[in-house]
Amino acid sequence: MNATQTLIALWTLVLKEIKRFTRIWPQTLLPPSITMAMYFIIFGNLIGSRIGEMDGFSYMDFIVPGLIMMSVITNSYSNVASSFFSNKFQRSIEEMMVSPMPNWVILSGFVLGGMARGLGVGLIVTLVSLFFTRLTVEHSLLTVLVVVLTSALFSIGGFINALFANKFDDISIVPTFILTPLTYLGGVFYSISMLPDFWQGVSMLNPILYMVNVFRYGFLGVSDIPVGWALAAIVAFIFALFMVALTMLERGKGIRS
Amino acid sequence: MAEPALSIRGLTKVYGNGFHALKGIDLDVQQGDFFALLGPNGAGKSTTLGAVCSLVQKSAGKVSIFGIDTDKDFAKAKYQLGVVPQEFNFNQFEKVIDIVLAQAGYYGMTRKEALPRAKQLLNDLGLWDKRNGSARMLSGGMKRRLMIARALMHRPKLLILDEPTAGVDIELRRSMWEYMRRINRDEGTTIILTTHYLEEAESLCRNIAIINHGEIVRNTSVRKLLAELNTETFLLDLAAPVKQAPIIEGFEVQQIEPSQLALVIHRGQQLNDVFSALSEQGITVVSMRNRANRLEEMFVSMVESSQQAIDQREQQEARA
Repeated sequence: MNATQTLIALWTLVLKEIKRFTRIWPQTLLPPSITMAMYFIIFGNLIGSRIGEMDGFSYMDFIVPGLIMMSVITNSYSNVASSFFSNKFQRSIEEMMVSPMPNWVILSGFVLGGMARGLGVGLIVTLVSLFFTRLTVEHSLLTVLVVVLTSALFSIGGFINALFANKFDDISIVPTFILTPLTYLGGVFYSISMLPDFWQGVSMLNPILYMVNVFRYGFLGVSDIPVGWALAAIVAFIFALFMVALTMLERGKGIRS
Repeated sequence: MAEPALSIRGLTKVYGNGFHALKGIDLDVQQGDFFALLGPNGAGKSTTLGAVCSLVQKSAGKVSIFGIDTDKDFAKAKYQLGVVPQEFNFNQFEKVIDIVLAQAGYYGMTRKEALPRAKQLLNDLGLWDKRNGSARMLSGGMKRRLMIARALMHRPKLLILDEPTAGVDIELRRSMWEYMRRINRDEGTTIILTTHYLEEAESLCRNIAIINHGEIVRNTSVRKLLAELNTETFLLDLAAPVKQAPIIEGFEVQQIEPSQLALVIHRGQQLNDVFSALSEQGITVVSMRNRANRLEEMFVSMVESSQQAIDQREQQEARA
């Protein structure tokens, strides 16, 4: 395929993915908006007003970046996991396998589709948060960069999950038992400076903590961890996971007998 | 001589559980041919076609499509190839038009190029009116035609059809045959099909390969194969019932029902002799037809003899 044909193929796949999640918007776009509105009302307004300040900011302002990031992570991941697995399940992945599309285009198409949903939901949640607080952004470029990179990373994660999955249960295990606990314990609702030293150390092993903190730094200008180091780690993880996913795709893991 | 549309050498597939699905098969399909790959269930037909179009990972062997070695440049080879699989493999929730346009996009076709092509193919296959409907709302026959339209979007020179008319009613099957004949004749598309309907293979295909237990047991032209047919069985419907099968010297006649006889004709025997003998005995024949499709008889006998050869080989190996 020449460069133009490759771009057409990639755009076709991305557009198909966007059409898929917008066609079923009551399942994909609406629920996270409602859930996050509940978080803002209950944790931010009702409970938050009694908590007082966190790292020098109102509790509502503190949790908004974390909740946006949580939506981006879960939606990026679950979009690719469910879309790719359903392509496997319905065997429509064969449409792509028999075509001359390179594997990196197939992978990138699904990842960009997942990012479109993750970032789309992130934007919706950001807009919802404006009903509850005045959002200020200290470092806008960094904020955009970190949310885009995080979305890419978890989209690739969702792809790998779907490659391994043999049944629908297999694509809900990781989000339920790994992603959700890591997100909740990743400093979305609290600053790790509140934790005893031992648990602060344990928290530092949680990769989501870095993403939430860098994102919060973009909004508020405060972070529990060094921003540069966290960004470098996210980029390294994206590269490593992309190569893992591509290698598995080349080998036909879960899709070729 | 032009490169074959498909050339397979030593194609082997061993599955993870140790099952040898293909045992080093060789096969050539010439450009412009209408070729049938026949075999009983589990013989290796779909595995062969899957290995050709990259849905199955081959264990060993070489596959070339129009002279392009798939190990060296599969992407280039795939441009020549259109695939209609045995099972529905499209997203049932997508619109018909989106399915064919997306396929064109995967081959790098612009929407401007793809739209007129989609319109032409969907019209030809009677699906244009359904273009904005969800694919799951189509009937089984329509879904099969959708897969044909999708496979033809990028104008492949080699079309592989894995049981394209399975579960399709007779009228629709014949219209699909006519369509396949047309693209083979008018556009020069080489067609390879697997089918269980041997009538389909006899009616459409010029050349044929029979595969059994992962080995090609015969590869020849349909004409040559039929010329080898030594016996043919006819069913004769009688004007009036008979008490028992008439005895006709030199012919094998069995009574199936009171008013129906089965007649086995060997090569060189004349049907006229049978009719004369029946007339002499006061028996009138009102209609006659083949008991089975001619190719079917040949196919069954070939598969049986291939099975016997395998059984003998296994027995010898067991003794050794």
